[in-house]
Amino acid sequence: MPQVYFDHASTTPISPVALESYIEQSRLVGNASSLHSYGRLARKRVEESRESLASLIDCHSSEIIFTSSGTEANNLAIKGIFWHRATEDPKRNLILISTFEHHAVLDPALWLGETGQAQIEMIKVSKDGYIDLEQMEEVVKARHEQIALISVMHSNNEVGTIQPIEKIAKLADAYQIPLHSDAVQSLGKVKLSFKGLGLFAMTVSAHKVGGPIGVAALVLRKGVDITPLIHGGGQERDIRSGTINPAGIASFISATASAMRDMESNYQKIFSLRQKLISTIQEQVSDVKLNSPLSGEILPGIANIEFPATESDSLLLLFDAEGIACSTGSACSAGVQEASHVLLAMGRSEVQARGSLRFSLGIGNSESEIEYLEVCIKRVVDRARAAYRG
Amino acid sequence: MKLIAAMSGGVDSAVAAARARESGHEVIGVHLALSKNPKKYRSGARGCCTIEDSHDARRAADVIGIPFYIWDMSDEFHDKVVENFLSEYAAGNTPNPCLRCNEKIKFAAVLDRAKAMGFDGVVTGHYAQVRDRDGQRSLYRAIDSGKDQSYVLAVLDQDQINGAHFPLGDTTKENVRLEAKSRGLSVALKPDSHDICFVPSGDNAGWLRERLGSQVGDIVDEVGNKLGEHKGAYTFTIGQRRGLALSVPEKTGEPRYVLRVEPANNRVVVGAKAGLAIHEISGWNPIWCGPRPIGRNRGFVQVRAHGSPHPCQYSLEGSGPVPELKAIVDEPIHGLATGQAMVIYDGDRVVGSATITGTK
Repeated sequence: MPQVYFDHASTTPISPVALESYIEQSRLVGNASSLHSYGRLARKRVEESRESLASLIDCHSSEIIFTSSGTEANNLAIKGIFWHRATEDPKRNLILISTFEHHAVLDPALWLGETGQAQIEMIKVSKDGYIDLEQMEEVVKARHEQIALISVMHSNNEVGTIQPIEKIAKLADAYQIPLHSDAVQSLGKVKLSFKGLGLFAMTVSAHKVGGPIGVAALVLRKGVDITPLIHGGGQERDIRSGTINPAGIASFISATASAMRDMESNYQKIFSLRQKLISTIQEQVSDVKLNSPLSGEILPGIANIEFPATESDSLLLLFDAEGIACSTGSACSAGVQEASHVLLAMGRSEVQARGSLRFSLGIGNSESEIEYLEVCIKRVVDRARAAYRG
Repeated sequence: MKLIAAMSGGVDSAVAAARARESGHEVIGVHLALSKNPKKYRSGARGCCTIEDSHDARRAADVIGIPFYIWDMSDEFHDKVVENFLSEYAAGNTPNPCLRCNEKIKFAAVLDRAKAMGFDGVVTGHYAQVRDRDGQRSLYRAIDSGKDQSYVLAVLDQDQINGAHFPLGDTTKENVRLEAKSRGLSVALKPDSHDICFVPSGDNAGWLRERLGSQVGDIVDEVGNKLGEHKGAYTFTIGQRRGLALSVPEKTGEPRYVLRVEPANNRVVVGAKAGLAIHEISGWNPIWCGPRPIGRNRGFVQVRAHGSPHPCQYSLEGSGPVPELKAIVDEPIHGLATGQAMVIYDGDRVVGSATITGTK
């Protein structure tokens, strides 16, 4: 049975250069904080990588703080910036985020709200998956003195829409409000310039771009102060503690460099596969509805599709049994399927959200895999419909 | 065959899934999420719906080498098991939720979903056997009489039995644990689940009071003399002796038992053990695990999950679409709660069951 991986937005295979770089660096001994020659060599590799990443995403190398995950970087941005700004001026107790942020942004913000430290204002999104700039502007104008921080994702992980970050940055800049953007899904797929976007902080992660799991970075504008989350050594600019991960970092940057070098051709290839996937599914299952825009400001590989009168966990099981991997919305800690908060934010009903699947394509996918899906999909959807509990 | 193995996170369902897989079936492990908020129903490690349990089930599936998913059955479980449990108690009956769960969830909602998705049946870790009898699959007791769970499965009809697979019926619990250990399943020594999985504290009466409210009522003797008070008739079960807190002692010093629960006037009637003696049991909604019996038959009736079988004569009484199941026992049974199941056995074979509605 063919094995087809359509879940690149959750994690994508490590690229050959990144794997090579990881293995090569892992063979070397040396703590990047040690003062001897071994340590210096490890440090050299880390700093070379930092500089490379800085030039790839258009920031200064000293603005990069390596972390263990995108979730950690997002937590550091949300809590760290909020705590610092609120300490400077207790009036600043408001965080603005979009309603369809990833849980790695949503949950730390909501936690600050639930523990009484912050007020959270959620800016709504359109049914197509774009933030409501008018509402954002209204809230910023009315409450700018109170706003500690704004965070809006660069692109949405479930539907693939790219947000107008530059416009939000201009608005935030006018009132000197720090803007953070979770750009984990965008790195290596679309143009990403930290300076060009006018951001204060940005999150990027290795394993979404062909690097290893377990390394990411928060890019933090020079001069922006932040309260650390993790204490104990201060290895990363005294903001993030923990032994530096030279192999992960070197591999992360190799993957990013490779993805960005081939970005345009990869975009075209993946985008045309995505369009073929969508048309194939539409041909086979006539009543499907697209949750992602068909084209426009979108990532190349994400197609979120509603299959009416199904439950997405049935579809996932049945596709999995055919060797095809795709994904549903999120699950709670016990693994119970929940309706995607992203789709609910986009105005879909619980039933629609529960019947939606995300296919996310990557550079390794091929037309023949879509042809294989074409063979299986009717059987899968028919069975899922028979099992539908309404 | 293609089978769904319902995996609770305990040792029995893990070994059952492993055996089904080993005997050549294509098996997929499924953990049933029975609560929207898994911590809400039970936070210990003895239940069947905690986060810990779902992780244990997943790990067992990994070790066995089968795919694993979680199915959200919380709405069905709430509507058909928890709500039924509450309404039965409110009506003065003593329901058995495990039995309802087998009837309405594991071998209905789950089996139906499995069949719709192209599977042939459901495997569970119940201690019972399904054997061929006259070309039909029939339900039998497990060989481990201490663990036998045929009583709580006696609500399955022929169709449900056809889709049910119980690989542990021929093995003792002790050997199942040993087998789990030798298979490298980390749940080998996990304690058995007890009580009712959705009552977190194990305090059934407290849980019911929280949901049905406290209402002070009288405890009376058989002629209506008030002997004490209670906080809700529904928390009492016929045959119950403890927790009556009577203010008027029995002159003879003999213990008193709950003889009747009267929810309509919130009254509990108590009396001597002799008042509990039952000679005839009737039940409604009979379910036949195989062919429907005709006429009067000799057999055994069991009225509690781990009770003894009582020799009896049983028959279907009344005409119409829903006849009544009646059993006349050879020797009186003491303390029998309505709402429990009366299960008829022919030797080790389960004939069928009904919900007890009346006793004489």
